[in-house]
Amino acid sequence: MIEASNLTKDYGEKRAVDDVSFAVRPGIVTGFLGPNGSGKSTTMRLILGLDAPTQGDVTINGKHYRDHAAPLHEVGALLEARSIHTGRSASNHLLALAKTHGISRRRVDDLIDLVGLHEVGRKRAGKFSLGMGQRLGIAAALLGDPATIMLDEPVNGLDPEGVHWMRNLLRQLASEGRTVFVSSHLMSEMALTADHLIVIGRGRLIADTSIDDFVRKASGDRVRVRTPEATRLRELVLGQGVSVISSEPDVIEVEGVTSQRIGELAAEHRIVLHELTPLQASLEEAFMELTREDVEFKSVAA
Amino acid sequence: MNAVTPIVKIPHLTERGHVTQSRVVASEWTKFITLRSTLWSLGVGMFLTLAFPILFATVTGARWGQMSPHERADRNPLDIALAGVNVAQLAIAVLGVLVITGEYSTGMIRSTMLAVPKRLPVLWAKLGLYAVVSFVLTLPAVIIAFYASQAILDRHHILQISISSSGVFRSLLGGALYVTLVGVFAMAIGAIVRNTAGGIALFAGIFFVIPPLMNIFPTNWNNAISRWLPSEAGRQLFALTRDPNRYAQWPSGAIFLGYCVLAIAIAAVLMRRRDV
Ligand SMILES: Nc1ncnc2c1ncn2[C@@H]1O[C@H](COP(=O)(O)OP(=O)(O)OP(=O)(O)O)[C@@H](O)[C@H]1O
Ligand SMILES: [Mg+2]
Repeated sequence: MIEASNLTKDYGEKRAVDDVSFAVRPGIVTGFLGPNGSGKSTTMRLILGLDAPTQGDVTINGKHYRDHAAPLHEVGALLEARSIHTGRSASNHLLALAKTHGISRRRVDDLIDLVGLHEVGRKRAGKFSLGMGQRLGIAAALLGDPATIMLDEPVNGLDPEGVHWMRNLLRQLASEGRTVFVSSHLMSEMALTADHLIVIGRGRLIADTSIDDFVRKASGDRVRVRTPEATRLRELVLGQGVSVISSEPDVIEVEGVTSQRIGELAAEHRIVLHELTPLQASLEEAFMELTREDVEFKSVAA
Repeated sequence: MNAVTPIVKIPHLTERGHVTQSRVVASEWTKFITLRSTLWSLGVGMFLTLAFPILFATVTGARWGQMSPHERADRNPLDIALAGVNVAQLAIAVLGVLVITGEYSTGMIRSTMLAVPKRLPVLWAKLGLYAVVSFVLTLPAVIIAFYASQAILDRHHILQISISSSGVFRSLLGGALYVTLVGVFAMAIGAIVRNTAGGIALFAGIFFVIPPLMNIFPTNWNNAISRWLPSEAGRQLFALTRDPNRYAQWPSGAIFLGYCVLAIAIAAVLMRRRDV
């Protein structure tokens, strides 16, 4: 359980995180979403005590990260920024971290195997590719068998097999009852792994919601209906105070009413339906819609 | 692609300990010996500690016949034995800075501070280990350098001195202590500056730029100030003869130690407070 209250961080004039409060619960995967520069990495550093908040407070399992006697057993973290000495081998890197908690060398070897770095475990980390470095970072995060896992853009640089592996890993960790907090700026990635979403834009909290609610809310209740009696149906639903768009003579799109209600209405009036489809905005669209106001680095339309 | 989702098996950890100062020391020791740069710098430092006295002794022995009496009187067997300290201190200082700033430049410091979020145990462990390593390597090195240079000079039957004669062992010990404190001081500077180039530049400024700059002052001012400089106080630790314009060996050593403590205190406060 991670609990942030009124978390704020200024870097000079720049407010990177602005009065953010949320809770990350155990047993599910919580996605942390926001456009570039929205403050995800900063929030994670605040949680881990690497940076001190300007205002507000954040605790993990009731304590500041710094106050845990065995932080690596409590939280495993993968940071966005490089956090490995380039001159040291992967296994020596993990061994040095392990020793702070009296974790055995066997555990280090197990994790090197788990993340698929067996072949290169003795190579200098400076020679690693982006994906290999990422895998080493994940091994470090899992080293202490932590109750909470926090990963900043973990699929960054992973190959498709690695991405797939990562999704399974996250689901597995959550199913074991751990708290899993994962950031991304890719909604599609989150859709496949997360149960819950925390969305920020320009350092401010925009949404704290389950994935399902998020999609439902963002897409509105849009339904596509195909019927030979489109005009009649249109008159009927318009009476219900909703908006209707017709794209083709026999197709209408209705917004503001559920597909169930339309089906009932059609049955009442004995209207034949050829199609009745609840429409969902794609997650990506929903995300962009939600954060449109808060994107800092917009691409200029050509 | 396999249709069955492969389950990721995360092995569980049965024994669980917490962070202690001695574990942090063990971790820092692992870090220390698993970098090639560390072993190189220490190797070069110790090599210089031995090589310079041997070289000086050889040259002095070879040229003794052509030397004027004045020149001969200028030669001091202890200066020869400790000739390596002045160069070895550079290797030790650079490594001291690097042990800390290397973590900042590579980002390793973030991993370190996630494992030890109280932070200060890391600083204590680094300083303690480095002091012990520097001392344990330098003391035998200067003693070996002493015997080696004496053996070479003995072949020419010149400049013989016994390790048991007054002040000799004390100077050798002082030389090793000086190198040790230089390492500690450099490390603290590294922790304050957090940048390799900046740390080395600051060290060089304090040790090699400020002292000669004192010559712009009138002599009595120069002497009054210089005896308080870390570099000047430090080198009294291995001076065979007492310089009347400096404090004696141990008081001067205490002054240098004071600077080290001050630098460490600043480093500790900053390390505790700053974002990483
Ligand atoms: N150490 C720092 N010093 C100054 N400004 C910073 C620092 N760290 C972050 N910022 C600023 O704070 C804002 C938030 O940055 P942050 O890295 O947290 O965003 P993010 O959501 O992780 O972005 P991305 O998706 O690109 O990783 C940015 O405007 C960034 O420039
Ligand atoms: Mg980021």
